[in-house]
Formats: sequence, C-alpha cells, structure tokens
Amino acid sequence: MSNNINQELNSNVEDAEQSDFRKGVVDWIKHNNPKDPGFLLPQTFMEVGSEQVLDFLREWQYKVWSSGYLGMAWPREYGGQGMSRQFQQIADEEMKKARVPICFNVIGLGWAGPLIIDTGSDFEKQTYLKGILTGDDIWCQGFSEPNHGSDLGSIQTRAERDGDEYMINGSKIWTTMGNFAKYMILLARTDSQVDRRYSGLSFFLAPMRVPGVTTSPIQKLTGDYGFTETFFTDARIPANCLMGEEGHGWRIAMQTLQYERGAEAGAAGGVSILSTVMNDLLRIAKDVQRDGKPLMRDSVTRDNLVKFLIEEHALHLSESRLKIPALCSDYPNSIALSGKLRGTEFYRRMRQYALTLQGASGSLYVGDSDAVEGGFWQRAYLNNFSTTIGGGTSQIQANIVGEHVLGLPKD
Amino acid sequence: MTRTANLSMALSDEQAMILDNAREFCRSKSDITAVRSLLKSATGFNPEVWQEMIELGWTGMVIPEKHGGSEMGIGSAIPVVENMGRYLLCTPFISSTIAAEAIIRGGSESQQSRWLPAVAQGSIGTMALLDNEDWGATDTDCILLQDQNDFILQGKKFLVADAEVADFFIVLAKQSDSLVLVIVEASQIPASAIEKKTLVDETKRAASVDFSGIKISRSAVLAEGAKILPDIRLIGALLIAAEATGCAAAALDTIVDYLTTRKQFGRLIGSYQSLKHPTVDVLIQMDSARSFIYHAATLIDQDALDRDTEIACRMSKAQAAEALSFAGDRAVQFHGGMGFTYECDAMLYIRRAQWALHQYGDPQHHRKCLAGLLLD
Repeated sequence: MSNNINQELNSNVEDAEQSDFRKGVVDWIKHNNPKDPGFLLPQTFMEVGSEQVLDFLREWQYKVWSSGYLGMAWPREYGGQGMSRQFQQIADEEMKKARVPICFNVIGLGWAGPLIIDTGSDFEKQTYLKGILTGDDIWCQGFSEPNHGSDLGSIQTRAERDGDEYMINGSKIWTTMGNFAKYMILLARTDSQVDRRYSGLSFFLAPMRVPGVTTSPIQKLTGDYGFTETFFTDARIPANCLMGEEGHGWRIAMQTLQYERGAEAGAAGGVSILSTVMNDLLRIAKDVQRDGKPLMRDSVTRDNLVKFLIEEHALHLSESRLKIPALCSDYPNSIALSGKLRGTEFYRRMRQYALTLQGASGSLYVGDSDAVEGGFWQRAYLNNFSTTIGGGTSQIQANIVGEHVLGLPKD
Repeated sequence: MTRTANLSMALSDEQAMILDNAREFCRSKSDITAVRSLLKSATGFNPEVWQEMIELGWTGMVIPEKHGGSEMGIGSAIPVVENMGRYLLCTPFISSTIAAEAIIRGGSESQQSRWLPAVAQGSIGTMALLDNEDWGATDTDCILLQDQNDFILQGKKFLVADAEVADFFIVLAKQSDSLVLVIVEASQIPASAIEKKTLVDETKRAASVDFSGIKISRSAVLAEGAKILPDIRLIGALLIAAEATGCAAAALDTIVDYLTTRKQFGRLIGSYQSLKHPTVDVLIQMDSARSFIYHAATLIDQDALDRDTEIACRMSKAQAAEALSFAGDRAVQFHGGMGFTYECDAMLYIRRAQWALHQYGDPQHHRKCLAGLLLD
C-alpha cells in the first residue's frame, strides 16, 4: 500500500528541468504582468465587448506567445515549439496563480487549433495555425442556431455547392466574438434529403469577412457585449473551406466538443478563464464586518463557508477517483458525465453566496467606485449562467446523468 | 520541489483485492432477507458470518504482523466497511477495529501483546467514550480513582456500540486532571451494569454501561491514551463515513430499482423529472462521499494523523452522513405509500442514517472543527 501512495505523491514532484522552467515563468510574470488598465478585464473570452478590451488582450496574447509561453506543444513549423505538454501546463498553472489576463482567442487555441493539428490537411495547418497563436486571426464557433439551443441535429443553416464555392444561408447564435472574428468553425447542412438528421451536416473553416455575412451584437445579462447573432445571406465561401468530406460534419463537430470539454488534449494552452476558487472568496470575506464584528467570526457564515469548501474539495477529489476504475465500478460513467452539472452549479451557488458576504456592498455593480473588487463577483455570478445554460442546461445535464448513468427512463 | 494541494488518491493491489472480496462476501452473506431476519435478534449479527470474517483474516487486517495480524493499515478496512454498509451486513467489525487502533496507537508493548492477538482471533472490543449526547465534550465525569496500587473506575457511559457482545471496553475517564483510556474486560462488569438502548436503526446494537466500582490495574491504563484520543475519534468518524457511503449507494440502488419498474399514469415514474433530478442529486452526494473516504484511506497511516488527514476524515464524515440522510429520506418519499410501510426496504436506510449521523460527531460538529482548520 505504501508503495502506491509514494508514487502518487511523487507525481506532484517535478524534476530539475521543470522546476527551473517554473522559476523562469514566475520571473517572467513578475516583469510582464500588465498593470491595471483602468477597466475591468474579462473573466472569460465571452466578455470581450469593446475594441479597447480586444486590443489590450490581443497585445497580451502576442506577448505571451512571442515570449514562448503559448502553443509550446504545437509543432514548430506552425508557430509552436514542439515541447512536452508538461511545460505548457506549468506555464498555465503559474499564469493562473498570478491571475494574469486571459489568452482570449479560445476557440482557436482550444478547439479549432487542436482539431486542425489532429485531423487537418497540410494546407489547413499552414493557413490557420500560426495566426491562432499570434492572435492575429480571431476564431468563433457557429454551431448553435436560434431556437435550437444545443440540439445540433436540428441545424438548418444551408451550404450549397456551386462550382468552386459553397453558398451559405441561415443564422447562428451565441457567436462569441462574432463581430471580431476572421474565421468561424461552421456546422451547416449540405444535404437535406438524408433520413438521419446528423448525416447531412458538413464542417467548414469559414471566413467571416465575405459579403453576405453580418453580425448583430447581443447584450448579455451582465450588460456587456461579447456574443453576436450571425446571419448568412447568399454568403459565398471557397470550396476548400470544407473540412474533411461532405456529410462528415457531425463527427468532426463531436470531436471538436471533446476538445471543448477537455476530454482530449491538444489545446495550445494559455489562461482561458480567470477562475474564482474558494480562496478568492475567503479573501473578500476577511475584511467584511457584520454585527460590529469580523464576518469570519460569525458561526453561520463559517458553517456555510465550510460547506462550500467541502464541495470544492469533492470536485477535485472526484477527478482523482476517476483515474481509479475499481473505485467507480457501480456507476462507471458517473463522475465524467456529472462533471459539468456538479462544477457549474457549484460555482453558481458559490458566486451567489459571495455577494451575500459583502453586506450592503453586495448590491453594487461594475462601475461603482465602492464595489468590492470592482464588481468582479457580481459580474462573475451573472456570467456563471453561461455555464449552467450553455453547452446543455443543468436540467438537461441532470436528464443525461439520470438516463445514461442511472438508467432511468426518458421523459 | 513543488507540492500541489493534497488531492492524492490511490488504491493498492492489495486494497483492490480486498474491495472485490468484500463486495462479493457481503453480497452473498447479507441479502435483505438475512438483514431483516436479524432485526429483532439479541446481538444483531450472525455469528457464523462473523466467524468467516475472522477466518478471512479481516479482524487482523489492522493488527501488526508481530501480533498475529497482516498489518495492512486502517486504509484497508475502508473497502470492507463500505461494503458492509452497502449490504447492511452488521458485525462488531467496526467497533473492534476502532478499539484495536486505540491499542495499536496508544498501548504499550505489553498491552499490545496482551490484546492485539486476541482481536485478530476475533475478540470483540469497543469504545466507551460518551457521558451523554455531547460529541464535542472535552471532559468526562467518569473518574479513575486511586485505590492503593491500583484504581477504581466511577461513572457511566452512554451509547456504547456492541456493548452486550464486547469482550473488552476502552473507557474514556479522567485521572486527576488528565484524560485517560482504560481497558475494562467484560468479565469485570456485572450484567446489570449493561442497559440496552432502543435504537432507530434496528440493525445496530448499543447500551449504556455503568463502570462504577470496577477495579482497574495499572497495566489496563493505555500508555498514550490522552494523546491518541483525537485520532481515535477521527478514525471512528472515518469508518462510520465509509459504512454510510456504502449504505447511501444501497439506498440509491433501491430508489433506481423502484423508479425503473413502478408505473403511474401509464408511465414509469423514473421518467418524471421531479423524481429523476433529485435521484441524480443522491448519486452526486454519494459520489462525493466515496471520493472523500478513499482520499482519507490514502492519507491515513500508522503515524499520528496530520492536518490533511484530519481534514479528510472530517470531510468524509460530514459528507457521507449527509449523503445517506438525504438518500434515505428520498428513498422513503419516492416509494410513495409503500415507503411509509415497514415492509419497504427504504426504512432500513432512513433508520441507518439516524445512526450514522450521530456516531463520532454529526456533520455540523465536523464542519465546526473544519472551520477552525480551514478558516482561521
């Protein structure tokens, strides 16, 4: 027994090269982490609502890449360094810890990029990869459509072959950075005659700056912009934008979602989200007064905080248990399939609770000079609904777990 | 060297084998009919099954090799106890394992040689810690009085598990101003001193025990009793958590069985989201509990429990007891009218929850201790 435990602990210990590398990253961050720009930076790539924010983030991503801390495991010939993933992980860990700004080109870095590396043609690799890393080419995603939510089988946007081009008609919604993007990973219907609704779909690496493509910004619950609705009206794109073969779009989209869910490695790295963990919540609670005393002495608050800490700890431990199949034998898919539900709902409640810790200041919002941490928590709470709704609502997730893990009947 | 937050979890080949064996053993020895047949019995367990567990070497699992055990550590008892919970298989295993840990951790060499080989062979030990309902008490009214070269014990203990079948008791007492643990043999106690308690959970047995007037020799005072007492409480909490986790999984199975067979209004009731979604919550709570108990099983070893291990044990107990309480409660509700009957198995789980919640500290007690560890 002791042997196994030692192995487990050793995995947390780095060799000298990695350890030196980590020191280098920490040092680099110390000298390069940008000063407060005077506006609230986005917590995720879904809040890039202005040119000002975009310029700032683009400059930052370029700096991270040109300093050698982004795309480290991508091939050299496409802007990467061909190094082991562990180094990128170390860089990401330290950047997260230091709460540096996000690397905003997430659809490119995390989804389109790895997809192109794993399955793309030489032409596609040559054309697209480097621009993703430098931040010159912003990518967006065109899967969801108005009225269909995450039911991709119902996609109605059409792509019709016409000589050397495809003509696109239809609309997409929840296009993050749609107004800034140069390319879209687009799922569209090339054959409406087939019986099975998934088999008529095709996958495109589509240019956004062509006639017939227009975007209309969507103002979010938070008051920020960041998403668009995207309209295609007889928009013509080159036929070589088709990825793989016609009719194979569903399979490629599913593979893309594997990258999105982190189930498949290959992402370029970079901080994609400024996470808020319990330590951040405890930090804001430390200075708050309640009933004339420090809030942290209030026994009800303490009990609530410990409940959240237990839940946060359980989320992490479940990931550890997932690696030991013998401890998951009764419901083998349980931890994997319930991950989104557990994680996103935990963070929603935790952020909601963060506001109640602020006393009367809990009612202040971004832009108010007295708002705790600039209103970060208020915005984080509202933004969190993008995770409990996007990618399949929590209610749909509960159905999935109930039906696919527990074997309960469909509604 | 960089150490990330301690999230380690490991299962040795040995533990994996124990897990498989325990699951198969408990499943085959303890179906619901067997469980129900023991509800009204005097001891609450089947002596033949207990004998088989002894022969399998499980009672010697935590005992050092030199004292006749296999020295696999308390972490190896977790899969056994979890599966006992899963199949509601009751024996004095938990009581005896905690008592053995007290002697291993707090006994002198001669105390270990005197008691541990016996425990490995199936002698039953149990802890007598409580004066009353207060798990958080730091004091006791049970006094160890000087009597020439020996001592006399004065005081009564509350809710002593498996008291009627125990061969020896480890009693928390006070000598002058310091706490001590003393070993009392069952033969020293008159039958009238043991008063059986009526429990919500009919699968368990406990009694109040009056130790007043019992002579205690110096050799029966555990060498390091006061020092190891906090660790023994944590080990107790962890074993109860492991049993509760298995039991929550069983309650979940019972719910799922019913939801996938019972029809109302022409539909299987599991298709209704008002039943489906809370059942998913039961699964998630049980899953978290299981992660905690195996994390704690990974951290815990023969040394004094460190901070990470204490956190793991307390989180295990808080989570597992809440999970079972929720699972049992929903199991009754989701069985509708059947759930209100004694015949429905849901009653076994909701009743077990009332045992698990209150053994070795309830969830709020542990969260209060965690607050001190994590927030200050």
